[in-house]
Amino acid sequence: MAKLPLEGIRVVDLTVVWAGPFATMLLADLGAEVIRVETVHHFQNATRGIMAFPPPILYQIPMGRDYYERDGKDEPWNRDAMGGRQLRNKLSCCIDLTRPKGLEVFKKLVGISDVFIENNTARFTESIGITYDVLSQWNPRIVYVNMPGWGMSGPHKYWLGYGVNVEATTGHTWIRGYPDEEHPLHNTNVFHMDASGGGTAALAIILALYHRERTGKGQYIDIAGAETAVAHFPDPILDYQMNRRIWRTIGNRDFHGAVQGCYRCRGEDRWAVITISNDEEWQAFSNAIGNPEWTKNEKFADVISRYQNHDELDKHIAEWCSHHDHYEVMFILQRAGVPAGPVIDHDEAIKDPQLAYRGFYEVVDHKPTGVHLFPGVLFKMSRTPLSVRTPPCKLGEHNDYVFKQLLKMSDEEIAELEADNYVIGGTAYLPGA
Amino acid sequence: MPEQALSGVKVLDLTWYIAGPMCTKYLADFGADVLKVEKPGEGDPARRMGPFPNDEPHPEKSGFFLYLNHNKRGITLNLKCATGKKIFKRLVGEADILVESFSPGVMERLGFSYQELEKINPRLIMTSISNFGQTGPYRDFKMTELVLNAMGADMAQHGLPDREPLKRGAYCLQHQAGLIAAVATLAALFTRQRQGFGQYLDISMMETQAGTIDWRSMTVLTYLYTGERYLREDPRVGGISILPGGGYPCKDGFIWCLMTVQWLGRLADLLGMPDLPQRFPNVFDMTRKGELDAIFMEWLAERGKYQASYEGQAKRVPITPVCTSEDLLNDPHYNERGLWVEVDHPVAGKWKYVGPVARMSETPYQLRRRAPMLGEHNVEVYCDQLGYTREDLVRLREAGVI
Repeated sequence: MAKLPLEGIRVVDLTVVWAGPFATMLLADLGAEVIRVETVHHFQNATRGIMAFPPPILYQIPMGRDYYERDGKDEPWNRDAMGGRQLRNKLSCCIDLTRPKGLEVFKKLVGISDVFIENNTARFTESIGITYDVLSQWNPRIVYVNMPGWGMSGPHKYWLGYGVNVEATTGHTWIRGYPDEEHPLHNTNVFHMDASGGGTAALAIILALYHRERTGKGQYIDIAGAETAVAHFPDPILDYQMNRRIWRTIGNRDFHGAVQGCYRCRGEDRWAVITISNDEEWQAFSNAIGNPEWTKNEKFADVISRYQNHDELDKHIAEWCSHHDHYEVMFILQRAGVPAGPVIDHDEAIKDPQLAYRGFYEVVDHKPTGVHLFPGVLFKMSRTPLSVRTPPCKLGEHNDYVFKQLLKMSDEEIAELEADNYVIGGTAYLPGA
Repeated sequence: MPEQALSGVKVLDLTWYIAGPMCTKYLADFGADVLKVEKPGEGDPARRMGPFPNDEPHPEKSGFFLYLNHNKRGITLNLKCATGKKIFKRLVGEADILVESFSPGVMERLGFSYQELEKINPRLIMTSISNFGQTGPYRDFKMTELVLNAMGADMAQHGLPDREPLKRGAYCLQHQAGLIAAVATLAALFTRQRQGFGQYLDISMMETQAGTIDWRSMTVLTYLYTGERYLREDPRVGGISILPGGGYPCKDGFIWCLMTVQWLGRLADLLGMPDLPQRFPNVFDMTRKGELDAIFMEWLAERGKYQASYEGQAKRVPITPVCTSEDLLNDPHYNERGLWVEVDHPVAGKWKYVGPVARMSETPYQLRRRAPMLGEHNVEVYCDQLGYTREDLVRLREAGVI
């Protein structure tokens, strides 16, 4: 019976918010035993929700809307979508790393683990005393990852900033948005560096594990979230060097000469996107929509004139789309060989025929929120099929498993540490966390 | 040179354009011997994409192509003719990993399904990257970056409420799809290392996006938990305090600043206005937001984005520059960390590209070679490796095999 790719690999997980938890989610999905080390003393914003004990007013604002049932009762930290999304396939235990006795337990856990990863500020591991220098003494084979926003070296290492701040320094904020005067002030928040950071950390960890299997050596990995994102925008950087052009926003249009856009369709807030890259696709598009008179206009007859008359072309396309359902646009145009698709909203994603056929959303029974569909695994492997094996872990859900079974601590030892204001253990945040 | 994690791992790369080449680039950057197989004559269609130096299109000068294909060797091979197929099968026999990104069905029609190739190389890891996956009603549908944005369930939440949804910048989602494909491929390699078997990976670009965690996955779950859709919102309204939060113009561009409610004192310190907290006793009185913003912008008007950031950071105020590509290349932090590598190319010239995305102490990133010119390693591979003579090579070219 084949084992999962990372079965037997134990990850000590101190990640927060998105980039780090995304990395450990990929590892957990691949079968690693990912143990989140959390604490009832400190609630990390934006990992299991916005606040440990959300007041009712919070549910009215955008950031607070993702709580199941929004009633503030019964452990809200186990019932919000921010956590629900990434906590599957993971374990959770609670250890207070700010006290020496907690660090002692943590040290034991690191001693029997393979990977350590965190994505707090650059100061975090330094201030607690759990840098690579320390952990590699405890466990020379450890694969250790720091992933702060700007990395662990350089003049901006200790910069303070949220996701939006880091994103601004990736160059993405500047080239994304409506092509207006108000850019970038009206930019909504997008954090590509969370996606790129999480993926890059998972990549580096598996590289290190592969190397360790050959050589027995662990290693230190420093990843700057911002840098992983800069790597995904090569074009503007090269265009600046090669042609002294500084890219600005062009909305949904294309730098490479295709005509494309996002067009309103029938219904409320329903849209479709269409890209026409060349003469062949233009011909296919015209045929697909019935060769109306306007498509025969000289203005749209060739690649250059279509691009030059993009605004007018958009108006015609928008007119056509306004009489169609957005999924209908996709079926009509794709049948003719034109790239087109609906802007899929979250209520539609779970019903999308392709994702449904592929079994992408999985039914998961999560006690705090009930049975729901959850987004599944990002790739399909033929001999080691992956799935959501366990629901999002609750805070401290695996205290017993970690302390008793893994670390072989006695019941007395555990009780003593718990009674000492939760040096370890606990499943509910303390007031003021 | 220090060893690399994937030294000795042979990757046969049939991919074109962005996602596939980005996947194999991650492997190549960390030491794999990646052999890029291009179509004789035109090669990878990415060679047609700008930017080009001085906007002069040339198949060896595409900035788009050059970056994506660092650290790879390149050959030309016609996979449709019998001789080409025979050569390809020899290469498969020696490979650890095969990555392809053709439309679903192409590999089968060529006679190169995983079932067939497994017979030649039972331990082969084969990664297929496609738009929507190898199966399903959208299997044959076409995709562009814009379509991927729309259908990856990410675009619906981005943009202003009364306007069309917005895609992300440039072509980042295809690069991201390549990254996820690389993660999966390495997981398969690690599996083979420990358990001895290869396997087939079906990577759908749509799924790599639908599964990525950020707003899109959170909003799907929120909808399932609460029945509510997370609609697009104007970031300029709905703030809860007057403290700066958002983009602000400064002397030479823009900065981003996001402050929590307790930090009015820090802002006062930064602006050199100790009476600021007295002037604004109630930080939740939104009628005074414009007033405080104006004071902040006056301060910013006299400072460039980096200067404002340095002064702000010194006072623990989260200000960061909104970087243009020019800023990125000149940024002192990225430069000191060695993010930029300068790569010289005999036809395209010398340009800077992103180098190490992860600093690994034992198995670092290395720039071993620039992107290959079309068919650059034909002699090395066909003659030195596979044993053809130079006369054979000419015949293969004349017959349209390479």
